[in-house]
Amino acid sequence: MAEIRNYTMNFGPQHPAAHGVLRLVLELDGEVIQKADPHIGLLHRATEKLAESKPFNQSIGYMDRLDYVSMMCNEHAYVLAIEKLLGIQPPLRAQYIRVMFDEITRILNHLMWLGAHGLDIGAMTVFLYCFREREDLMDCYEAVSGTRMHATYYRPGGVYRDLPDSMPQYQVSQWRSKKDADRLNGRRSGGLLEFIENFTRRFPACVDQYETLLTDNRIWKQRTVNIGVVSPERAMQLGFSGPMLRGSGVEWDIRKKQPYEVYGEMDFDIPVGVNGDCYDRYLVRVEELRQSNRIIKQCVEWLKANPGSVMIDDRKVRPPRREEMKGDMESLIHHFKLMTEGYCVPQGEVYSAVEAPKGELGVYLVSDGANKPYRMKVRAPGFAHLASLDEMVRGHMLADVVAVIGTQDIVFGEIDR
Amino acid sequence: MSAELGSPAAVATPSRLEALGAAILAAIPAGLTPVANHCGELTYEVASEQWLSVAKTLRDTPGLKFEMCMDVCGIDYLSHGRSEWLTQDATSSGFSRGVARGAQRQGAVAPGRRFAAVYHLLSISLNQRLRLRVFCADDEQPMVDSATDIWSGADWFEREAFDLFGILFKGHPDLRRLLTDYGFIGHPFRKDFPLSGNVEVRYDPEKGRVVYQPVSIDPRVLVPKVIRHDNRYDPQLTNAPAHATSLALPDKAQNG
Repeated sequence: MAEIRNYTMNFGPQHPAAHGVLRLVLELDGEVIQKADPHIGLLHRATEKLAESKPFNQSIGYMDRLDYVSMMCNEHAYVLAIEKLLGIQPPLRAQYIRVMFDEITRILNHLMWLGAHGLDIGAMTVFLYCFREREDLMDCYEAVSGTRMHATYYRPGGVYRDLPDSMPQYQVSQWRSKKDADRLNGRRSGGLLEFIENFTRRFPACVDQYETLLTDNRIWKQRTVNIGVVSPERAMQLGFSGPMLRGSGVEWDIRKKQPYEVYGEMDFDIPVGVNGDCYDRYLVRVEELRQSNRIIKQCVEWLKANPGSVMIDDRKVRPPRREEMKGDMESLIHHFKLMTEGYCVPQGEVYSAVEAPKGELGVYLVSDGANKPYRMKVRAPGFAHLASLDEMVRGHMLADVVAVIGTQDIVFGEIDR
Repeated sequence: MSAELGSPAAVATPSRLEALGAAILAAIPAGLTPVANHCGELTYEVASEQWLSVAKTLRDTPGLKFEMCMDVCGIDYLSHGRSEWLTQDATSSGFSRGVARGAQRQGAVAPGRRFAAVYHLLSISLNQRLRLRVFCADDEQPMVDSATDIWSGADWFEREAFDLFGILFKGHPDLRRLLTDYGFIGHPFRKDFPLSGNVEVRYDPEKGRVVYQPVSIDPRVLVPKVIRHDNRYDPQLTNAPAHATSLALPDKAQNG
């Protein structure tokens, strides 16, 4: 009888369903996975080592580029770590702004995930609908920071600037008629808060729309139900967090259990799965879209009623305003020192974790009292999830690998760092 | 799993930290050295030979229940606490123009205190966190027992620490490099590894392939590392415990 051997196959790094640069070495028996060995690091940029060579504030921009679809949440973990070491607390308004943008980021991330995951396993249409709403949220990013993705908006001690009173407008051009421009500018007549409020009113209906396409869809269920099942015990053993952990039925959300900023004041629910399969994780994330919308609504309401400062008034951390610099020698010196040398952070170590859209994103910061971090370690949620890929896909068919990669919400910016 | 997991009010308060410290002390009477606690977080140093038994106790003792290992982080303490630009006596002598590099000033770290693996543990059922630091006794061949048998999630985190710092995890089932290139030489996150690396790649049109060659840029320091002795942070200079007082300075007169 002929000898039958397993077939070894390369999946990626240029495979469209590899979500970036995942190289997966699969060992197949027919079409059944015997072993999956992810090779990562193709996007390794040594962010942590770079951060060790720069003053604290200059690394905030690197944080955006970790998980590049949930930008501000990464910044949040980093500035929280610095704030804890410095022993400062941002003003309440800044905390509300951060919470609001964290949730906007969560929606951004989950929409990207939903669209890409759908696309991966054959649901083409949902991608277009997701990106329609994503566009509005990117506009919020743009209005507040000037960039649509890599915002660099949070600072130790607050946020860079207050929410703008007006939204950028579409201009009439040879490609855009007056009628189109007016239609696009219709929601942009007020400030950013009005724009976001308008979004929160529209968004629940949009989520219903996505659900119409997927939740009871026969093909969607065939591709996701009972695929990649993880028991709650295994999920904890493997260091899962976020929707991956909640999908397995463990009720754990840092926003609720170890609240940071003003999450303690917010009214929202934690969705939890039952079976721990891809379908449950899908349901959890869709429900999180609705819950995030709820949180944003509460933040908008509070922010409208409570104007105030968005940055701590501490000259040793916050650079003085431009006009102060022009007339005040002391301010000029402070500005110069903060921009060249930065501030020194007391000796110590801190681990600050936030509930990023993908799970627990932690920043472990070791300071030896200098103006740069001695060691900065990013604990990326996707890293722990991808590590379990072998266990999750073993015994499944080749096509299910794509469903499992999708359900893990892999982004290589944070895994490779 | 249901709703009685760690209650929302159970945040890290001083009394909760004390209770956790007492519970740990009761379960593990010897072998743990507490480290001054910062920002409401509990840290212990563990002797490397005791590490595995301590880890098992922490996971299995009913009052501790650290069922998750969230992170493993390698640290190289080679240039810890040493600045590249001395500011203390600058008023009498003036600032130096050059920057002393960390790599040139090595050798001052005590033997057995250079490499450490830091484990961050989380208990979901009791809603508490803990940090453990295990120093490697041998600086030449740093080695720590692997915790993969206790927490499967430590697997890749330990591989990463091995790759970036060269810390060997004894008993790890698959200790390969993880993040660096195939065939990479060295451990890039060590403090004596230059930021610009040792080799660079380029396409060689004559050979018709990508070749490795020594880097063509000099390592340089853009912003020197400076340690300033700030009395706001020095517990010996201020009577109040660190972080107890607000750092906010009185508002200056607005002019301009």
